[in-house]
Amino acid sequence: MQSNASLEYDYSLAKKFTYLTILFGFLGMLVGTLIAAQMAFPELNYLLGEYGTFSRLRPVHTNTVVFGFTVSGIFATWFYLGQRVLKVSLAESRFLMVLGNIQFWLYLVGVLAATVSLVLGYSTSKEYAQYEWPFDIVIILVWVLWGINMMGLIGIRREKALYISVWYYLACFLGIAMLYLFNNMEIPTYFASGGLGNPMHSVSMYSGTNDALVQWWYGHNAVAFGFTVPIVGMIYYFLPKESGQAIYSYKLSLLSFWGLMFVYLWAGSHHLLWTTVPDWMQTMGSAFSIVLILPSWGSAINMLLTMKGEWNQLTENPLIKFMVLASTFYMLSTIEGPIQAIRSVNAIAHFTDWIPGHVHDGVLGWVVFMMMAAIFHMTPRMFKREIYSRKLMEFQFWLQTIAVVLYFTSMWIAGITQGMMWRAVDEYGNLMYSFIETVVILEPYYMIRTLSGVMYLIGFMMFAYNIYKTVTAGRKLSTEPQFRTPMA
Amino acid sequence: MDIREMQGYANFFMTIILVLILYGYIIHLYRSEKKGERDYEKYGKIALDDNITSTPIEDKPASQREYKEQSK
Repeated sequence: MQSNASLEYDYSLAKKFTYLTILFGFLGMLVGTLIAAQMAFPELNYLLGEYGTFSRLRPVHTNTVVFGFTVSGIFATWFYLGQRVLKVSLAESRFLMVLGNIQFWLYLVGVLAATVSLVLGYSTSKEYAQYEWPFDIVIILVWVLWGINMMGLIGIRREKALYISVWYYLACFLGIAMLYLFNNMEIPTYFASGGLGNPMHSVSMYSGTNDALVQWWYGHNAVAFGFTVPIVGMIYYFLPKESGQAIYSYKLSLLSFWGLMFVYLWAGSHHLLWTTVPDWMQTMGSAFSIVLILPSWGSAINMLLTMKGEWNQLTENPLIKFMVLASTFYMLSTIEGPIQAIRSVNAIAHFTDWIPGHVHDGVLGWVVFMMMAAIFHMTPRMFKREIYSRKLMEFQFWLQTIAVVLYFTSMWIAGITQGMMWRAVDEYGNLMYSFIETVVILEPYYMIRTLSGVMYLIGFMMFAYNIYKTVTAGRKLSTEPQFRTPMA
Repeated sequence: MDIREMQGYANFFMTIILVLILYGYIIHLYRSEKKGERDYEKYGKIALDDNITSTPIEDKPASQREYKEQSK
């Protein structure tokens, strides 16, 4: 490790992953908006033959936003803030730089190939784990490379104490490593059978109820360690840094961290209420989901209290607005989730549109807002340029906020309507509605969702344009801004 | 004792133990600050003062010893 006063942080990896975050974010949301439109206008299913049907494109949407957009954003922010809070430059280790570049190219090729494979119809049929076995191996390799890089950077740090965000990124690494590996244990049938069938095909090592249990232990905790833990890590760095206010209570951040780590892993079985999973396990899933409110709100309240005495920044700085709204949506979705995990509520909510409604107020309102705020904060510092347009940012904020509200309100109404109609019986105990009647009545809500998708996508394109113009035409900065991000 | 009864006892004692661990950790955080062993809130400054040339909040064991001596 060098000890050089003129040493600078190396943002080359953070920049590369930022480009990918924007690219995969756009692609994932574009496909998401298309499949939302297919629900409202079913004839759109037949635009591209078998490749354009809802069933093909839905996994493309979910996997692109999870493994493309979110994972790129996690890598981009790590390679930015990891250096800063550890006070060490990646450029100080040639090994870590080479490793990071291998990680980038392997990841890019792997995710693009995996996405094409989904369009071609290769799928394990396990939700959020549809990638077939060759891509699982690539993803695990990428993850291990990231882990080595992270540990390496921690190993050569100057700052002895690990800032709370680093703990969250470490938890993200360990959590996803464990979950992904166990849920994707599969046997390639071609090799196991001595050359029969398709080489891409595999079967899960688990079966029946066990398969479902492992799947939802993974599925729910992918949300935990992909959509929650690293995003909390981000906000713990970017909100204090942007506002110039230290975290309201560092002790509360530690307590919430350990609380989240302990509780989250037990809550996955709430996806399997009213199924053949043992009764006690269902109860445990519900109970831990309720307890989960405490650490989640502990972090969110800590973030809001960080702005104590500085609420004027909310009107003065649009970036603060993005982050405060993100933590507010975090609070909303982490109270909504536990409510849905209560057995009696779940009886109505399960399998209905309320579930995607819940997921999207979390991801659109919390994950994407936080990730865009992080990129808005990082770009002027990485490229030494002022943000191109504050007005565009303000307009984007309101457009996307309205879009999220339209998305989750329409899906709340649609979901509860659906759940009630499925359960409605007449005086003789016969079902009152056929399935198609419940579909027809939801059409207006599907149209509202499509509209909200279009609005959100336009907002994301405005974000991408603003970043592009910042990088290419933003006013040059002579010194790095300490706190508030400069914008024209 | 049948399985249901055992589950009931396990549930009761697990709840007590988990509550004790939770409150024990909170007490540990506050007590170690009060005794001057740790100052958790200073770590919040790591995000604010994060230039590569900035002095680390905690850089080596010697500085920890200095802090303890100062707080005595």
